[in-house]
Amino acid sequence: MRGLVKAGAATPQKRVQFDRPLTPWLFLAPQLAVVVIFFYWPSVQAVVSSFYIEDPFGFGSTFVGMENYTNALTDTRYQATAAFTAFFCVVVTALSLGIGLLLAVKADKVIRGAGPYKTVLISVYAIAPPVAGLIGMMIFDQHIGPMTALFGFFGRDLQVGVNYWDTTIAVTTISVWKQIPYNFIFFLSGLQTVPVSVREAALIDARSGWRRFRDIVLPLLAPTAFFLLIINITYAMFDTFAIFDVVVKDKPANNPMTLVYKVYLDGFKGNDIGGSSAQSVILMLVVAALTVVQFRFLERRVHYG
Amino acid sequence: MATVTLSAVGKTYAGGVDAVRDVNVDIKDGEFVVLVGPSGCGKSTLLRMVAGLETVTHGEIRIGDRVVNTLDPADRDIAMVFQNYALYPHMSVRDNMAYGLKNRRTPKDEITRRVDEAARMLELAPYLDRKPRALSGGQRQRVAMGRAIVRQPSAFLFDEPLSNLDAKLRVSMRGEIRRLQKRLGTTSLYVTHDQLEAMTLADRLIVLRDGAVEQIGAPLDVYRRPASSFVAAFIGSPAMSLLDARVADGRVWVGEHAVAPATVPAGEVTLGLRAEDLRIAADGALPMRVDYVEELGAQRIIHGFVEGQQIAVTETGADSLPSDLRLAVDPGALHLFDVATGRRMDEAAAQPARELA
Repeated sequence: MRGLVKAGAATPQKRVQFDRPLTPWLFLAPQLAVVVIFFYWPSVQAVVSSFYIEDPFGFGSTFVGMENYTNALTDTRYQATAAFTAFFCVVVTALSLGIGLLLAVKADKVIRGAGPYKTVLISVYAIAPPVAGLIGMMIFDQHIGPMTALFGFFGRDLQVGVNYWDTTIAVTTISVWKQIPYNFIFFLSGLQTVPVSVREAALIDARSGWRRFRDIVLPLLAPTAFFLLIINITYAMFDTFAIFDVVVKDKPANNPMTLVYKVYLDGFKGNDIGGSSAQSVILMLVVAALTVVQFRFLERRVHYG
Repeated sequence: MATVTLSAVGKTYAGGVDAVRDVNVDIKDGEFVVLVGPSGCGKSTLLRMVAGLETVTHGEIRIGDRVVNTLDPADRDIAMVFQNYALYPHMSVRDNMAYGLKNRRTPKDEITRRVDEAARMLELAPYLDRKPRALSGGQRQRVAMGRAIVRQPSAFLFDEPLSNLDAKLRVSMRGEIRRLQKRLGTTSLYVTHDQLEAMTLADRLIVLRDGAVEQIGAPLDVYRRPASSFVAAFIGSPAMSLLDARVADGRVWVGEHAVAPATVPAGEVTLGLRAEDLRIAADGALPMRVDYVEELGAQRIIHGFVEGQQIAVTETGADSLPSDLRLAVDPGALHLFDVATGRRMDEAAAQPARELA
């Protein structure tokens, strides 16, 4: 610890100062190494290989410029997957945010047995996505799945993995189910930060519980909701990969999938490294654009107390 | 404007704890009543029961001629000012004040008129479009008052509204609240643990102890004739000195010193003496050993012991004091309390809760 010199009492902040310029970099090195090796390097690799067509058997690659990009963007199947991904994101985000908020608002009012009730609701979050996918597949199974039986009761022959929209229903349900506890936890803690006296003041100002929720509680939850919106869109786009993998793998080719899953299929099953890389670069740009839009336009309308 | 009537009001929590017991008060139209007591005495609970934020387990609360026991807070026609202001952080000052009116379907121009008038009254006009977080503590407090004023309710309820302000601001806001209440003539119920605030604001004081009313009366009556040794020690600063004494041969004795004649039956008593009723005199009846002196500028408070018991005396002198003094007591200034019950023992004790207009 010889290199460390604690700043004296003269400076009020507890700042650690180093007498050799190299020392702080040594401390930063492990973290930087992780970021560079596992994030920047593959990203750069992806960008580079998106300009090449790679021989499937590894005998070299050919520079093709933007061809991989134009191929992907003009491919009707790619366009259909993009449309489905957008649809899937909107539905999963809306449902899991909405149901999570509803459960949190109701759980916030439970006084007796609140602990076990909340634990039951949160526990789903502990399930890993592939396991959630497997459990979901059992529930939606063609032969023994209770959901298939339920749909059958209402006269619909549910064919998950075969019928495009039936698979959509299954994947959406499993994805929403998996994400609700996460939203629930955050909304619940968000609700508990609304001061009791503010709620009481509202109680005197407004008779209708719905109005109080809409005018007072919801705006105060906005920072939480904004954070969750970003997290949920990211979840729907990327983290549902494992669920799709379980539901769609080894099934006929007409099943719905997200852009991320298509990147994986084209790259690792189809051995089209260049095309797959181009798709992942497009995806990166979409995510960057989405983040900018969210922070520039949405955050302005969000009140941070 | 309305009366507020509490009849045998009580609150028992689920665990069987009595937070409030058998409170009977008639608050007249336009009256400013202050609930005062140490923390945990149930004063806030009582106020919140009137507001509808706590359920009433016993008795009846009337606002005007309506029994409000089971009405929603929004239907009780009251407005409340909270200790930490409880402003809506995402709304501008204007919206904070207007929110309650909007929900009551008040016409838009009427809302604007009332908000502007309240803002003028409270000198908030320049801040109407600001959010609460851009205001100082005193300004937030005024917004909270404005929110109550624009509603033009039957009654104002104040829950320790000044305790988050610094000492100087508290004094000026106290005056402001008093002035506003007189001007608007709205019936008010005000909770505080600060006896000075209670004395200066109230038309009538309600002193609470352990959930029960100890004394109700005009501030000066409570000060001059405390109904119990608890009230005597709580109201007034410095606190009334309470000494163990006894009555024998028609006189009150502290130790071996006869203090003054007394008409109550012989036996042990608690003798209460206000600091300003004691005089330093060479021929005084009580010997006092000086402990320390608090200089307040206009006067000073001398703390010491009589027969080993604590006593305080105020005087205006500035000379240095000997360590032993003698105190003279005005025979009319004695307060005698029952040792067991703490109740006042002279004739006034028969009607401690006398209603004074």
